[in-house]
Amino acid sequence: MDYVVILLLQIGSAVASLVLLSIGLAVIFGMMRVINLAHGEFLMLGGYAAITAYNKGVNLWIAMLVVAPLTVGLFGALVERLVIRHLYGRLIDTMLATWGLSLAMIGFVTVVFGNTVSGISAPLGSLSIGGYRTGRYEIFLIGVAALLLVAGWLVLRYTRLGLIARGTMQNSAMAAALGTNPSAVYAVTFAVGAALTGLAGGLLVPLSGVVPTIGAAYIAKAFITVISGGAAILSGTAIAAALLGAINTLTTFAFTSVLGEVALLAAAVVLLRLLPQGITGRFFRRAL
Amino acid sequence: MSRVASHLGNVVVLIGGLGALFGLPALAETYLIINATIFAAFAILALSLALIWGYAGILCFGQAAFFGLGGYTYAVAAINFGETTSAAALAILLPTIFAALLGYFMFWGRISDVYLGVITLTVSLILYRFVNQTAGEQWNIGDAPLGGFNGIPATPILNWPGRPGDQLAPENIFSLTVGLLLIAYFGCKILLATRFGRIIVAIRENETRAELLGYDVRLYKLAIFMIGGALAALSGLLFANSVFVSPTMFSLPVSGQIIIWVIIGGLGTLIGPLIGCILMQVLTNQLGTLNQVKGFAWVDPNLVLGVLLVVFVLLVPRGLTGLATDAWRWLAGLTRRRSPAAAQAVQERTSNP
Amino acid sequence: MSEPLLQTRGLTMRFGGVVAVDGVDFALQEAELRCVIGPNGAGKSTFFKCLTGQLPPSAGDVLFRGTPIAGIGSHAIARLGVGIKTQVPNVFDGLSARDNVWTAAARVAPGRIAEQRTDQAMERVGITAIAGRIVGQLAHGQRQLVELAMVIAPEPDLILLDEPAAGMTDEEVDRLVGLIRELNQRHALVVVEHDMQFIRRIARTVTVFHQGAVLIEGDVARILTDERVRDVYLGKRAA
Repeated sequence: MDYVVILLLQIGSAVASLVLLSIGLAVIFGMMRVINLAHGEFLMLGGYAAITAYNKGVNLWIAMLVVAPLTVGLFGALVERLVIRHLYGRLIDTMLATWGLSLAMIGFVTVVFGNTVSGISAPLGSLSIGGYRTGRYEIFLIGVAALLLVAGWLVLRYTRLGLIARGTMQNSAMAAALGTNPSAVYAVTFAVGAALTGLAGGLLVPLSGVVPTIGAAYIAKAFITVISGGAAILSGTAIAAALLGAINTLTTFAFTSVLGEVALLAAAVVLLRLLPQGITGRFFRRAL
Repeated sequence: MSRVASHLGNVVVLIGGLGALFGLPALAETYLIINATIFAAFAILALSLALIWGYAGILCFGQAAFFGLGGYTYAVAAINFGETTSAAALAILLPTIFAALLGYFMFWGRISDVYLGVITLTVSLILYRFVNQTAGEQWNIGDAPLGGFNGIPATPILNWPGRPGDQLAPENIFSLTVGLLLIAYFGCKILLATRFGRIIVAIRENETRAELLGYDVRLYKLAIFMIGGALAALSGLLFANSVFVSPTMFSLPVSGQIIIWVIIGGLGTLIGPLIGCILMQVLTNQLGTLNQVKGFAWVDPNLVLGVLLVVFVLLVPRGLTGLATDAWRWLAGLTRRRSPAAAQAVQERTSNP
Repeated sequence: MSEPLLQTRGLTMRFGGVVAVDGVDFALQEAELRCVIGPNGAGKSTFFKCLTGQLPPSAGDVLFRGTPIAGIGSHAIARLGVGIKTQVPNVFDGLSARDNVWTAAARVAPGRIAEQRTDQAMERVGITAIAGRIVGQLAHGQRQLVELAMVIAPEPDLILLDEPAAGMTDEEVDRLVGLIRELNQRHALVVVEHDMQFIRRIARTVTVFHQGAVLIEGDVARILTDERVRDVYLGKRAA
């Protein structure tokens, strides 16, 4: 019984991880059809922002929950102004430009922070369940991921901002005709997506540390989760994360963690072949 | 491009290539020759993506997969067979079969654009992750250890066909690589001029219309994808002879670099990506050296490459060949007498390349 | 009566809850010219796409010379000898007009012969003067003509045209009318159109669509004076 609880917590943790990694990318891709290949580096930047603040004496929670998202959100707004807005509608070109951005960010951070791994030890200690132990911090992250999804749904469904965002996403010309400014909406959306990513980057530091090249480890998973999820930002990401996270954890438990990774990747390939528009391209099409 | 300019270009490439082929071994020292061999091997890799992306519209984010498979198949086969000619043949055959399977999986599923990019990226990642953890004896293939993240330590160097034990010298490997590069380059040019090649370009322009005309586009895309895979595999086996085989051959940065070469050189041409590749290789090497010099620690290769890529996508979307063509036309425009009729004629002519 | 060249039986196309084409029976003889008209949203273009293989029908059969072709894919249908011109022109924008037409001819003829067929098709349509121009830079009407040349170059037995006269100048329309009459001497044609003036000039038999089904079918003179047809076009002058 304890074994099952631990297994479920591990699955929850893997799913939460994927949700956190992907939510920012999903907002940007889902709303603007922009593929931000520098997403991994935005995560990395969030991590460095959190660590730098923490090392300067800022409270850990403030560093992770406030400093990280603010820093990356502002950076995202800057990137949108300078680069992304010139390439709207050009999917491949945005991929390439953001790839260049990712390289530049890796280079810049290497110059400033050097090549070594930095980290923070996980707060909140550990929890014993029967003969097993698990970190309380991982459980905290499950809560954060769930909170983000719920908050996102509430904002999109019930606030004016959410309505404007959804309208612009579905038909920007029409939204413009009704008085919203699409370019302002895009700028805010990109900044929000970046901020969410920064938040995730900060929160994940206690679990995996941070190094300039850590983005590469994240980008593939985030990318895969978002594309497999399909057009619906929240439900798509949630469902894809649940599916892929479960497959990853179960395979890891049965074999090794590397095979768990391979299983996740292989599952994504099969999923995309069967559902080329992503999961919410076929099921739950009207969901948020 | 006009006919004359096109033929002129071919002649220039041929002369340049032959010049390098015969000139370099005579003039340069071994270290430089080995470097040049690596550049030439990468140029073949650039050619593979230039072909399938620039002419067939298939943006493959995982060409590194075939590159790596070529290198690894060669090394494993050569160690086991004890001679390299059949190993080399297998090193091209196996990745091509893999390309056939992956291509069938994708094109028969009507996968294209960004989804094709994601799938190819994921496949190369799967290979990278998998090969990276193959340290230990249980992962040996015959006599060859896969070596995990260290790779296979000693790749058997190519021997003269029929004379195992009689290895090629670095100069010979260089000549072979450049020779194959020239053959591949002109082979691709010829291919693109055939019926098959022209239809491939039409498919890139408008897949729906190609289908409405009765062409089974899936077969055409599969064929060109396999050719691209074979070229990448060839590049891998040549690379293995100059460096050694390791999982980084499958990695994301490799796939990314190939894309950068094509963008900077010029998507839609064959010579552009080759030039882009050589230039970027030289630049990266220089940057790496410069980075070590005091006071230049800020010149990080990633930073420079990244900024270059962003600048090119925003401002020079047709790459260096695009710049060169524009400069050529501008110059040609300058030398014509400026009468309204002449200007009109220039306008007409320059809009029909 | 011999077997129809093209036939549909109970052809139905559903998109979710919407029935765009509702159990349509249709028959076209060899070398027959049929015009398909109807107001916006009547289901003409959806019906057209079922014929061309661009949409697999939800129910019913489509038969070409007795062979079922529903859902076999556009390229297979084209290979059977069907030339298709879509509502939004589908051409190779980055290639020259000549290369466009060559691509069409090259599927059915090798080398030299393909070149000859290309020249002939361009001449019949009257675009030899713009053979070297890049199609993406041509006016809409000219692009339609290039597409027309592509359709006739492989000498198909059945030609399907969706709004061929759209965006054409009067002179181009004249040429199109002449071309259609000439083609009809040896080929069967189905022309989906909005332009009533144009229909009047080429039509023999007309099929009128309304809300996904065939409202009435018959001789052009009778159809264009029929009250039901006028009602259905509510407010629009039936030319």
